[in-house]
This record gives sequence, structure tokens and C-alpha cells, in this order.
Amino acid sequence: MDLKMMTYLMVGLTFVLYTAIAIWARAGSTKEFYVAGGGVSPMANGMATAADWMSAASFISMAGLISFMGYDGSVYLMGWTGGYVLLALCLAPYLRKFGKFTVPDFIGDRYYSQTARTVAVVCAILISFTYVAGQMRGVGVVFSRFLEVPIDIGVIIGMAVVFFYAVLGGMKGITYTQVAQYVVLIFAYLVPAIFISLMITGNPIPQLGFGSTIEGTDTYLLDKLDGLSQELGFALYTDGTKSMADVFCITAALMVGTAGLPHVIVRFFTVPRVRDARTSAGWALIFIMILYTTAPSIGAFARYNMINTINGPDQQGTLVSETPQWISNWQKTGLIKHEDKNGDGKMFYSGDARNEMTIDRDIMVLANPEIAKLPNWVIALVAAGAIAAALSTAAGLLLVISTAISHDLLKRNLMPNISDKSELRWARGAAAGAIMVAGYLGINPPGFVAEVVAFAFGLAAASFFPAIVMGIFNKKMNKEGAIAGMLAGVIFTVGYILYFKGIFITPLAPNKPENWLFGISPEGIGTVGAVINVLVALTVSKFTKEVPQEVQDLVEQIRFPKGAGEATHH
Amino acid sequence: MAFQSSDQANAYWRENLSLMLKLLAIWFAVSFGAGILFVDVLNQIHLFGFKLGFFFAQQGSIYAFVLLIFVYVYKMNQLDQKYNVHEE
Repeated sequence: MDLKMMTYLMVGLTFVLYTAIAIWARAGSTKEFYVAGGGVSPMANGMATAADWMSAASFISMAGLISFMGYDGSVYLMGWTGGYVLLALCLAPYLRKFGKFTVPDFIGDRYYSQTARTVAVVCAILISFTYVAGQMRGVGVVFSRFLEVPIDIGVIIGMAVVFFYAVLGGMKGITYTQVAQYVVLIFAYLVPAIFISLMITGNPIPQLGFGSTIEGTDTYLLDKLDGLSQELGFALYTDGTKSMADVFCITAALMVGTAGLPHVIVRFFTVPRVRDARTSAGWALIFIMILYTTAPSIGAFARYNMINTINGPDQQGTLVSETPQWISNWQKTGLIKHEDKNGDGKMFYSGDARNEMTIDRDIMVLANPEIAKLPNWVIALVAAGAIAAALSTAAGLLLVISTAISHDLLKRNLMPNISDKSELRWARGAAAGAIMVAGYLGINPPGFVAEVVAFAFGLAAASFFPAIVMGIFNKKMNKEGAIAGMLAGVIFTVGYILYFKGIFITPLAPNKPENWLFGISPEGIGTVGAVINVLVALTVSKFTKEVPQEVQDLVEQIRFPKGAGEATHH
Repeated sequence: MAFQSSDQANAYWRENLSLMLKLLAIWFAVSFGAGILFVDVLNQIHLFGFKLGFFFAQQGSIYAFVLLIFVYVYKMNQLDQKYNVHEE
């Protein structure tokens, strides 16, 4: 069976599975529309959280970025896992005890203010939009390769699939569907990694193969990569090019941002007990760890294989007439380009003037099994896994966007008398609108998938995390301080990103280290935004009215587990 | 009020904060410390095919994060029992 058929089959089968589970799970749980975790164990909730969390960026883009960035790619590895420690220790148990459903709910009640709620809604929408745009790009990359269409058409197909899946079907974010999606995506991620680890190092466990010698030689894989990097004019694989300040700030922004992402936080509102909120975060991180410790191994293997297939084992280049199959496959999508600059009829890849290849980083995980010449069913499996990753996340995000608009903004703010039915209509409409905008951003991306997503984290880091943490740990933080802090953090962060990246406008200055504030790139600026948020909030709260006693009592109440009822809807 | 007295409530909160800060110190040390600030020094040491700093940045810190959360869960459950503020 050819690859295209195999891909249709594999993706089709997984869709049947998700739909079947959605139908089965919904029948028994209409009553538990909001409390999805009612009968769900912390382990299953952790698995669902992991699927919700690990997006197209994690699945498709991250290993590819690491492959090109080497050590610098560590920012994503530490950043997107370390945030769970913050979440488990500083947020999850307290937010669960608080017992409402959305982040704007917490902000609005804790800071006794509609303005605070509105600011939170705007932040939630902004964050989720940026994030979902990255997902659409990822889905587009998958469809364009496996259906052999240009990337723009791939994004549009992706929009249609997400629309049917999320808006009409599984909008309720059913936990068991996400459990199935986790199983599909982790299986799809590990199978090629194990194959390739065996082929290169003879060790079936990718995490160990990563630190092993290349089969048949005494050279460690990482030493070999450092050697090749040097020879070809790249930075050392284990060293990287980013400044230490930038690596520090990007990692911090991703960590703090993870703990501030509305669609992640929401999952901990709905577990049965406070102690389950703590445990769920631990289980989620275990399931995330499996993928996140495999990713850097894949990155290194892919790097090694890619250099060797393009340049040939002797590093002299490969004749165009002998182009490897995977390259000609990806050339059709326009994501790999070759320009024979020196006219020798050969392809050559390097980090200096000799380079003749343009390779999109987002393709590496998908191309990896092809580069290693693995059987077609493995390649098809990876496509199905990538789509599972993108869908489970897109669905979670669209839920946040639509509840932010219909529940937090309209019902709790502008139109308090709205009926349930029209609330639902607004929610669907908002999700549909969100997909259109996300699709536009997917077709005209402001960066690579993982980079686009990194901005969402910067925004979350600069707005929600400080506001929530101060709300729990500082009884004296008042509404004026919190609102001023969030606004200052977000305006600074958005301004900085637009200034260099110009998402809807032309950038005002070239995006180069010389121009950056303290050498911090737009990806890492959320860290500075978070610090600004805290400083502004503390200062403003010193000079404004004290927090009312009943709110201080509320804060006392969320600090210990006893008496946590079920999460309640308004 | 679930606590016997406000002294009890304060003591519980202090113990909670101290546990949290200790664990966050380790969290900072394995990631920002070993993986970023001291990466060059640690890279002088080799662990199989890994330079040690690189290992912390791409593998070790993640394993440590998981352990930290489960230590926190275990200790907090004990603390909740001690002050009798656990859930039924």
C-alpha cells in the first residue's frame, strides 16, 4: 500500500476511535458537563492534561527546532516542563479550593472587580489566539505533506477539520477522548524514535541512545555532532549561539507562561479534590516527560541523519540526480529548497557560504522516519499522531476562547440576562470566528510553530501568573494593583514583540540581538513583563485602598484543602 | 474556620511556604543553575556521551521536576493530616 493510502487509513482509524469515545463518554456524562473530572482518576486526568497540553508545537516542531538549535533548544525542554512544578506548588491546589471554572472568574472574584475580570478576559483571548495560530500552522504542515498540497491549502483543510471536530462535535473537551489522543500521539512519537535509536546507536531506548556511541565506532553521537557542526560552520551542537541572558529569560518566560495558560489551569479546577489537583499535575508531567525526554534524542538523531543524507557520508555533497526520496517529497511542498550555487550538480548543506539548502525546521519530526527509511506505516502513524496532538490542543483552546466570550464577557459582564441557549450560540460563533482568525495567522505565520507558540507564553507570563500568585500569597494585593500590573505587563510584552516582529504591522526595528533590551529576544521578554507586572502591582497597591475584609477572608479560606466542595457554576 | 486557632492556621501556612520554597530552590538549581548559569563549568564533566551541563539542560532537569512534584504531594498530604485540614 502506498504512503498516501496508508496515511488516509491511519488518520481515518484514529478519527473513528475519537468519535466513538466521544459518543460513548457523552451518553453517561451530560450531567457532568463542567465537572469532567467527577469520576476520573488523577492518572487519567493527568493523561488528558498531557494531551491537551502537548500541541503541534511539542509534537511536530520542538524536536526539529532542537535539531537545528542544539543546546539552545533546551529552552523549550526545560521551559515547557518546569512550569508544571510552579503549577503544582503555587497554583493548582489553591485554585481548586477556590472552586470556579475560569481564570477570569478567579481574577474577577479575588480582585472584586468587573474591570479586572474584563482585563483577564482580554488576556485569555489574546493568549489563546496566539497559541491556536501555532496549532493551525502545524496542522497545515502535516496535511500539505501527506495530501501533497501547498501549505496554504493544508492550513485550510486543517481549519475545516478542527471546525467539525471542535465546534460541532467534541467541544466539551471530553477527558477520555484526550486520553485516547495521548496514547496515539505518544505511540506515534516513540515508535520511530526507537527504530532510529537502534539504527544509529544500537540502543533501543532513545534517552540512552542519545548518550551512546554511534554503532560500529567509538565516537559518542554528541561528540560526532559537535565535530560535524564545526566542520560545516555551525555552532557546536552542545553549545549553541544564544546569549546566557536570553536562554535564561526564554526558559523563565516559558515556565511562568505554562503555569499561566488558561487552558492548562482550567484542568485543575475540575478534579474532585484539592489533593487530586496536586497529584494530577504530577501525573501530567510524567506523561509529558516521556515525550520531552525523547524529543532531544530525536533532534540529535535527525541532525545526524539529515547531514549524512544530504552531504553524503564523506561530506562532499550528493548528486542532484541521486536526490534521496525524502528530499524530493518535501521539495514538492516547498518546505525544502535546493539552489545549486556553485553549479557542481550536487546538494550541499552547511552553516556558511557553501550552503545550498533551505530547510523548514517544522518538517524534521515528520521527515525523520522518511530520512531513516522506516516502513510506510510508521510514517503514516506519525501523521496521525501529529494530528492528534494538534486537535486535542486546538479543541481545548477553542473552548477557552468561546467560554471567555460567551461566559466571562457576555454573561458575567455585558448581557447578564442572556439565556443558556443563546450563550451556547455565542460560544459556537466565537469558536468559528476564532478558527478563521487562527487560519489566517496559520497561512501568514509570524514565525516557526514553536516560536509563535512561545509568544503566547510570554503573554501568559506577563499577565496571569503574577496576578494569580499574588492573589493567593499576598492578602494585601488589591484590585488597583492587580489591574495596573496586568496591564503594564501585557502592554510592555505585546509592544516589545510587535516592535521587533510586527505581526500585523511592519516591524519598527530589525529583530537582532544588538537592538534587544538587555540582549533579551522577543521570545524571552515575557519574563521582564512578569517582573514589571509584579513591581507595578506592589507599588500601586501601596498607595490605593486596602483590600476589603471579606476578600481577605476568602484568601484565608483557599489556603487549606478542608471543605473544598464541588466546583460550582454560577 | 477549620483550624483550632489562628496560631494553628499561621503555623500550617508557614510550614507550607517553607516546603514550597525549599522545593522551588531545587527546581531553580537543576534548571536555571545546572542547565544555564553553570552549564559551561559542568560541561567539563562527562557522563557517558553527555557533557553534564548539557545533560541537565536536556534530560536531567525534567526528571528532577517530576520527583519534586511527587515529594510535594507526599509532604503536603502529611501536613494536611497533621493540622487536620485534609479532605474527607
